[in-house]
Amino acid sequence: MQVPILRMNDVLIVTLGEDITDEEAISIKHDILVRIKETECEGLLIDISVVDLIDSFMGRVLNEIAEMARLMGSRTAITGMSPQVAITMVELGLKLEGVYTALTVERGFEWLKNQKTGA
Amino acid sequence: MQETIQILSEADAIVARQRGREIARTLGFSIVDQTRIAISISELARNIILYAGTGEVLITDLVAGYDDIGIEVIAADNGPGISDLNLALVDGYSTSNGLGMGLPGTKRLMDEFSIDTTPGVGTRITIRKWLHSRHF
Ligand SMILES: Nc1ncnc2c1ncn2[C@@H]1O[C@H](COP(=O)(O)OP(=O)(O)OP(=O)(O)O)[C@@H](O)[C@H]1O
Ligand SMILES: [Mg+2]
Repeated sequence: MQVPILRMNDVLIVTLGEDITDEEAISIKHDILVRIKETECEGLLIDISVVDLIDSFMGRVLNEIAEMARLMGSRTAITGMSPQVAITMVELGLKLEGVYTALTVERGFEWLKNQKTGA
Repeated sequence: MQETIQILSEADAIVARQRGREIARTLGFSIVDQTRIAISISELARNIILYAGTGEVLITDLVAGYDDIGIEVIAADNGPGISDLNLALVDGYSTSNGLGMGLPGTKRLMDEFSIDTTPGVGTRITIRKWLHSRHF
C-alpha cells in the first residue's frame, strides 16, 4: 500500500495507516526523504491518529525519519497520538526524540509554519 | 480457546499481535490493555525472528478464581537461548544494537512475566494479563 505524501505550503503531510507493515514503514521513510529533497519543504508532519500501536520497531523508524529529516534541514511534528499509544509507549520505555508533538494536525501545522517564520 | 501463530517473518509478528488484540477485545479488555497485550506480542515475536529465526506464539484465554478471566501468551522458539537472563531484563541491554526495551518493557506492560530459557535449546516466554485483579 502506497502512503500518499501531501504538500501544503512548505509542509509535507503524511498520514500513517492503522497497522502498517515493516516494509511499508521502511518505504515511507524512504519516500519522505526523497520528497523532502524534491520539494525542499522545511516542515514534515506525520499524523498518527489512527495508528493502533507503536512498538520498538515503529518507534525506531519514527526517530530515524525525524533525525534524517533534521539532517536535511526539515523539522518534524507528530500529531494525533491516541491515549493508548502514549500510555503503552511510555510503559514500554520508548521515546520520540527531536520531534514536536501536537494533539491535532492543525496545531502541528501551525507550529511548523511558525518555526519557518520565526514567530 | 487456543490459537497458535507460526512466526516466520515480521509479517507474522503483525498477524500475531492483531489476533492477540482481537482475542483480548473479545474477552472484554479495555483498549489500553488490548494495546498493552498487542505491543507485548509484537516485541516477543520480533525477538523470535531476530534471535531465533522462527518460532511460535500461542494465545490462550484463562479462567481463574471466582470470576476473573485473563489472557496468556507464550512465545516459544528453538533458538540460541538467552545466556544471561538478568542482563536481558535490564533496560537498554541489547546484543543486536536494539534499544533493549523489548523484554523489560513487556514485563512492565503485563501482569505476569516468566522466561524459561536454555542456551542452545531455546526460549519460552510466558506473559499474562488479568481482567480484574492481579494473581501472582
Ligand atoms: N527469543 C530470544 N532468543 C534469544 N535471545 C533473546 C530472545 N529474546 C531476547 N533475547 C536476548 O535478550 C536481549 C534483550 O531483548 P530485548 O527485546 O529487551 O531487546 P532488543 O531486542 O535487543 O532490542 P529492542 O527489542 O528494544 O529492539 C536481546 O538483545 C537478546 O540478546
Ligand atoms: Mg527485542
